[in-house]
Amino acid sequence: MARVVVDVMLKPEILDPQGQAVANALPRLGVADVASVRIGKRIEIEFDGAADLDRAREIADKLLANPVIEDFTLRVEELPEGEEQ
Amino acid sequence: MTARIGVVTFPGSLDDRDAARAVHIAGAVPIPLWHDDADLYGVDGVVLPGGFSYGDYLRAGAIARFAPVMDSIVRAAGGGLPVLGICNGFQVLCEAHLLPGALTRNQHLHFRNRDQGLRIESTSTAWTGGFQPGQEIVIPVKNGEGCFMADERTLDELEAEGRVVARYVRGNPNGSLHDIAAITNAAGNVVGIMPHPEHAVEVLTGPSIDGLGIFTSVLAHLGARV
Repeated sequence: MARVVVDVMLKPEILDPQGQAVANALPRLGVADVASVRIGKRIEIEFDGAADLDRAREIADKLLANPVIEDFTLRVEELPEGEEQ
Repeated sequence: MTARIGVVTFPGSLDDRDAARAVHIAGAVPIPLWHDDADLYGVDGVVLPGGFSYGDYLRAGAIARFAPVMDSIVRAAGGGLPVLGICNGFQVLCEAHLLPGALTRNQHLHFRNRDQGLRIESTSTAWTGGFQPGQEIVIPVKNGEGCFMADERTLDELEAEGRVVARYVRGNPNGSLHDIAAITNAAGNVVGIMPHPEHAVEVLTGPSIDGLGIFTSVLAHLGARV
């Protein structure tokens, strides 16, 4: 089994009201030195066999991210011994 | 012949019954369409109703776009079939690339549910021909992800081509760019609208009956075409 991790983030120019709400809550934790918070999604795709980056890219491009508002990056993640099934 | 307007039900659709009722009150026959059935049963137009299709998982409308019925609708829309997406239906139309842009989280993060003023900006679509240009109407808005976003080029294009169909007046409920409440495709047969015309078709339950004009407009459009 092989895992591909896809990170989906709002494009930099798109306002992230959820991230802003989190940033605005930080002073209540006593944190005053955070300039900005942005929230995205992490998606783990597990392939039966070897990691297929091209296939994962297609999945990300067609479904996981909306290119109008979001960018994505993907990488193969090595599964630690024992997690392998 | 009486027009037949299909209303699609996805898992999680909420307003399909109201949409079918609005179609009926306008004088057409509502035809229930099912997300998993690619057959459009020869309908003369299609309404994608509001709700939370597939639980709005991932992004609103993102999974509904891949429903078998959507392949047929995308193809038929290319051939001129009138298609109206309301609220979640608008989100589905954007995800399916029948309309440009995207609908994102309301800027204030609150779900907004109220009667909303709109100004009809374009009457040259299949769904707004019965209104006067600049006419103001009041229909309910109820959404959590109704903030219309698009890049500058797309916005300029929409404005220049007169494809902004309706704008919010007396307050923007979600932060939508250019106060956009509804847009259309270049051909004018596909319209996405965030507020709910189908909830404003009867005096008893609506803030007005202004929404009925959307449904009677498409019937006039179809009648003129025959």
